[in-house]
Amino acid sequence: MIPTSQPLVVFDDVTCGYGAAPVLEQIDLQIERGAFVGVVGPSGVGKTTLLRAMVGVVPRLRGRVTVDGRMVGNGERPRVGWVPQLETVDWHFPATASEVVLMGRWGVRPWWPRPTADDRRAVDRLLERLGIGELGERNIRDLSGGQQQRVFLARAMIGDPLLLLLDEPTTGVDLKTRDEILHLLAELNRDGMTIVLTTHELNAVAAHLPWVVCINGRIVAEGSPEDIFTDAILGQTYGAELRVVRQDGLILVADAAPHRLREALSHHHPGCEHAHHEHLDDEHVHAGGRAAR
Amino acid sequence: MNVLAEPFAFEFFRQGLLAATLVGALCGMIGVYVILRRMSYIGHGLSHSVFGGAVVAYVASINFYVGAGLWGFLSALLINATARRGKVGADAAIGIVTTASFAIGVALISKTRSFTRDFEAALFGNVLGVTPADLVVVAAATALVAVFIVAFYKPLLFLTFDPDVAPIFGVRTGVVDTLFSLALAATIVASINVVGVTLIAATLVIPSSTARMLTDSFGRIIVYSTALGAGSGLVGIYLSYWLDVSSGATIVLLEAAIFVVVSLVGWVLQRQTPWERDHQPRVVAASESHSDTR
Repeated sequence: MIPTSQPLVVFDDVTCGYGAAPVLEQIDLQIERGAFVGVVGPSGVGKTTLLRAMVGVVPRLRGRVTVDGRMVGNGERPRVGWVPQLETVDWHFPATASEVVLMGRWGVRPWWPRPTADDRRAVDRLLERLGIGELGERNIRDLSGGQQQRVFLARAMIGDPLLLLLDEPTTGVDLKTRDEILHLLAELNRDGMTIVLTTHELNAVAAHLPWVVCINGRIVAEGSPEDIFTDAILGQTYGAELRVVRQDGLILVADAAPHRLREALSHHHPGCEHAHHEHLDDEHVHAGGRAAR
Repeated sequence: MNVLAEPFAFEFFRQGLLAATLVGALCGMIGVYVILRRMSYIGHGLSHSVFGGAVVAYVASINFYVGAGLWGFLSALLINATARRGKVGADAAIGIVTTASFAIGVALISKTRSFTRDFEAALFGNVLGVTPADLVVVAAATALVAVFIVAFYKPLLFLTFDPDVAPIFGVRTGVVDTLFSLALAATIVASINVVGVTLIAATLVIPSSTARMLTDSFGRIIVYSTALGAGSGLVGIYLSYWLDVSSGATIVLLEAAIFVVVSLVGWVLQRQTPWERDHQPRVVAASESHSDTR
């Protein structure tokens, strides 16, 4: 019996990747039960690979990853739910929301094509819980971004996972949908679900997530956004100049590039400086986050 | 009435009718996965590849179905392996493997002058020349592929819809892909004498594409496509008798005509019901606002 105080996920000196060169190196990481973790970093540094290592589908792996005390990767499939990036989904595929959710239960009776009464009940209950109970028979293409995300969340949850992994759930969705998704995840986390997600939305992370892991091929830092969202750490993570503004309990991360862009514009188009200045500032203020918890 | 029943008096016609119906159903059933995996060209390519295998089987004095079947299966596996390597897409992999295989067949034909077998039947189909042995092979292939699709319905659906995520949920993609390749090769080999190398692709792609327009549910598409394929085979053979046109061509033209009619009806219905089209997003918005209040 595994004591509940033991971390749910443990990376023990893990180096992994797909080809000769590793994507992630020397990863030591522990994710506690009931945690709500955001993994941030620039594109191509191993955010998704980190998630994939937790489900044992990264082909080359050195070190040890355990989920709920069991080592993954040797045919062992942990109870983990996965929500893919919406951008990778084939929206022209002829599948209703219920059919997509049922895919998550394929292993329950793999040889029986028709959903059983239990299957239907499980799908209906989950769709209802996620607020899209009436949309089960709709084609996934006909749903809004937020509803689509809920369908894939339902597929991930129908197997009653211990851990929910989401690959960039806020990419390609509007601000309202992004907030909707993060609030929903926060609710699930309050109900006890351990959640790890990757994202590029630093301000959203600062506003919604209590724990952040910054990676860039290795773990650069981990901790609460209040502790690790600093110019130095984010600069080291992204290899770019980022500015962290703290005011009235808010954490805002802004790209320093607009200042350089303004300088360049003022040099080449002196008359444009003022207009661009206002526009860029507005954009960055509105892209900002909320009070950190 | 007796005139309409006239062709049924001939055994070759009854056999041909049964073979065409089974092949139509078989191709319609597996064709759904072919179009949804965006591998429509594979039917065309594999049939050409199987033709090469048929010639090799003839030259090596091996049974047609064994030689062509093995050749087709290996070609399908090679296509999968080439496509999975990443740098070469599935379309290019199909083109490379199958044209090379077809070229082997053509080279052997040009080199060997002592052919007695009529390869024209394999190229263009000759359903009315179907033998009882051919019929048994078609029936066995249809039954096996149907069992495969029913037994592997869930993992196949998951793999077709989301090939990257399916293994995360435990689907053994290598096994399912290999079995699918085997089923597809069996379909092509069983169908080759009925519709011919040149028209197999159409029987795989057209009924499934028509079914795709009729429903948005994956489960229903399989049923519709199988029924459309079987119906086209049945009616197509009957029409070909009266029109005195090649049976394979008649089946394909009938399938294409159904596709055109369904497309036109769909287009007209869409134009005639702007209310439904315009109001659909409001229903979505209503449900969203419901979820927002939570």
